[in-house]
Amino acid sequence: MTTVHIPFLQTGTLAVGGRLLDDAERSVQSHADRPSSLTKGHRACQGCAEALAARWVMDTAVEASDGKLVVANATGCLEVFSTLYPESAWKPPWIHSLFANAAAVATGIAASLHAQGRDDVRVLAQGGDGGTVDIGLAAVSGMFERNDDVLYVCYDNQGYMNTGVQRSSATPAAARTATTPAVGRSPGQAFGQGKSMVKIAMAHEIPYVASATPADLRDLEHKVRTAMSIRGARYLHVLVPCPVGWGSASSQSIALARAAVQSGIFPVVEARAGELTDVQRIRERADVEEYLRPQARFAHLFKPGGEDALARWRALADANIRRYDLLGERS
Amino acid sequence: MREVLEGSQAVARTVARCRPGVVCAYPISPQTHIVEALSVMARTGELADCEYVNVESEFSAMSVSIGASAGGSRAYTATASQGLLYMAEAVYNAAGMGLPIVMTVANRAVGAPINIWNDHSDAMAMRDSGWLQLFAADNQEAADLHVIAFAVAEELGIPAMVCMDGFVLTHASDVVELPTAAQVDAFLPPYRPTQVLDIRHPTTIGTMAGPESFTETKYLQHLRFLDATGVIESWSERFREAFGREAGGLVARYDPDTLDRDRLAPPASSDDLVVVAMGSVIGTLQAALAPMRAAGIPVRLVGVSSFRPFPGDALREAVGASRHVMVIDRALELGSGGVLTGCVGRALAGTRSRLHSVVAGLGGRPILEASLQEAVRMALDGELGRLEFLDLREGGVPTPTAGATEVAR
Repeated sequence: MTTVHIPFLQTGTLAVGGRLLDDAERSVQSHADRPSSLTKGHRACQGCAEALAARWVMDTAVEASDGKLVVANATGCLEVFSTLYPESAWKPPWIHSLFANAAAVATGIAASLHAQGRDDVRVLAQGGDGGTVDIGLAAVSGMFERNDDVLYVCYDNQGYMNTGVQRSSATPAAARTATTPAVGRSPGQAFGQGKSMVKIAMAHEIPYVASATPADLRDLEHKVRTAMSIRGARYLHVLVPCPVGWGSASSQSIALARAAVQSGIFPVVEARAGELTDVQRIRERADVEEYLRPQARFAHLFKPGGEDALARWRALADANIRRYDLLGERS
Repeated sequence: MREVLEGSQAVARTVARCRPGVVCAYPISPQTHIVEALSVMARTGELADCEYVNVESEFSAMSVSIGASAGGSRAYTATASQGLLYMAEAVYNAAGMGLPIVMTVANRAVGAPINIWNDHSDAMAMRDSGWLQLFAADNQEAADLHVIAFAVAEELGIPAMVCMDGFVLTHASDVVELPTAAQVDAFLPPYRPTQVLDIRHPTTIGTMAGPESFTETKYLQHLRFLDATGVIESWSERFREAFGREAGGLVARYDPDTLDRDRLAPPASSDDLVVVAMGSVIGTLQAALAPMRAAGIPVRLVGVSSFRPFPGDALREAVGASRHVMVIDRALELGSGGVLTGCVGRALAGTRSRLHSVVAGLGGRPILEASLQEAVRMALDGELGRLEFLDLREGGVPTPTAGATEVAR
């Protein structure tokens, strides 16, 4: 029998729950009576970071709204694995309408609650990268532009995982998907494509935009709480590793999310009214290999001929580090 | 109070008196005047306790309506043509989830070629979406139908389209008597949603249904649609009692001689040619057929008020002993014939009726009284085919004359 040594970190941001902290300072997840808004019994894959992040996000939002939360969900993994009739894994009132319209449905709910004088009830919309960055972008942009009172959360697993791992406009360069195969002279997703939803959201100058990962629970909860303390359109972009789509071990989802941050590939930021207000510095710099190598979708980068793509990946990380001053060199 | 109003204004004011909680708007001709008027009323306070939301597309207009309805509000929007097709996915979704949204469809052709004028091809494209589709013959009925539509939709948990001909009704000024706010308050029960996103009673709406339950879900939807005929009849009856005029119903009957709407008009007799029509062309037919009746020509008029659910029984009753039916169709099922004719044919299956499909007024082509009269005469003389295109130009699409081409150069 193989054994795995798990270091036990008792304090600080790396410790899930921070059990040695005062009760009031502990994370929502560290409490035995956490809401468990996405409860057990759903059909998510082993190691699904989306399921984990969704529960953490929603539990925090439920607590921040004093239990008065309504959720609109886009079509996608999160919807499919949680609500196969006649079962539902959701504790809050929850609606799924279509793939592209979660933001607009949320607008409708918020408008309805406002018309009924129920501004105490808060609205959260959520979807994957396909439902947000691609097919749902117009509705998301409309909701932002009108500054509707909705927190929109995108769980970005960088592809259409629910339909069998096809490329989305959030798929990173060189990644192999079912529609960007690792064959030919430039295998995988092309370099120079894709879009940054965080920057798009910031360009709308909405009250609050943030990015986060499930590798840092306290940061994620902090951002949800901050978002819930604000009225108007808010956007949270959460990177969620997908063992099936990324070709990674299900035990590595959190490690990969952390490597994405520590290598500079996924900047963890906060912005208000279009201005960047906070950037999480890299604590222990990781090489991009630490992020890429455990993922089968990047296997071709580590074969002869992959050197060029690997160099371009390092350049991407360096560009992020410069742009967001992730090493704190300018401050 | 009788007043002269544009059709869109009449509809907008009536909708406001139905007290919607959320009105969602995206502009498209010929529906724009309705949502423009509602935006003014939302600002002046005439439309009270209502959120008016300007969105970025029809897809979002219907999606916001879905959220609003599920959130517990009476929700309204309006669209037409390309807009209706752009929101098609959400139209089906609203019906599947049983959300009683009311939407005005200002009927307009669907491109290409792009065309902003009136026919029924937009609504017909949504005929199996699971919505009720109620057609207005004139502006008075267009206004009245909205009051009935909210009542019927909310009792059934089925969304309802009120279809009114674009421009012909929406932009035409006519004498109308609007339902007053007091009358509507007395008639229309407050919105009590059957399913709602309620924090006190959390529910999951919009789950996935697999092969083991999808058929049954659709069957239940079908049964509810069968119930709809009775509910439409009942609310239309109550409307007549409360407002003293006829609106809605399943099938409109017309007096054989005056051609006025008359629910007590006798069924057609075996000698009669029955003209079946839907929408504003009924008004043209009333004018065209009255002198023919006066001249002793055996022709009768039957209007289809509810296209969905399609009232097969009521239509058979109105057609009576007649075995000769001509359908005026405002939408074409390519390679087959008129869409309405297909439904009429199914309703009359087994009666061995001779059926003519007269496709008329596509993309706003005026439907002339004289042309209708000629079609009736030809049908009675046995000269009308099973499928005819009214006033079709010989030689196909007109091209510029040589002289015009020279000028253009």
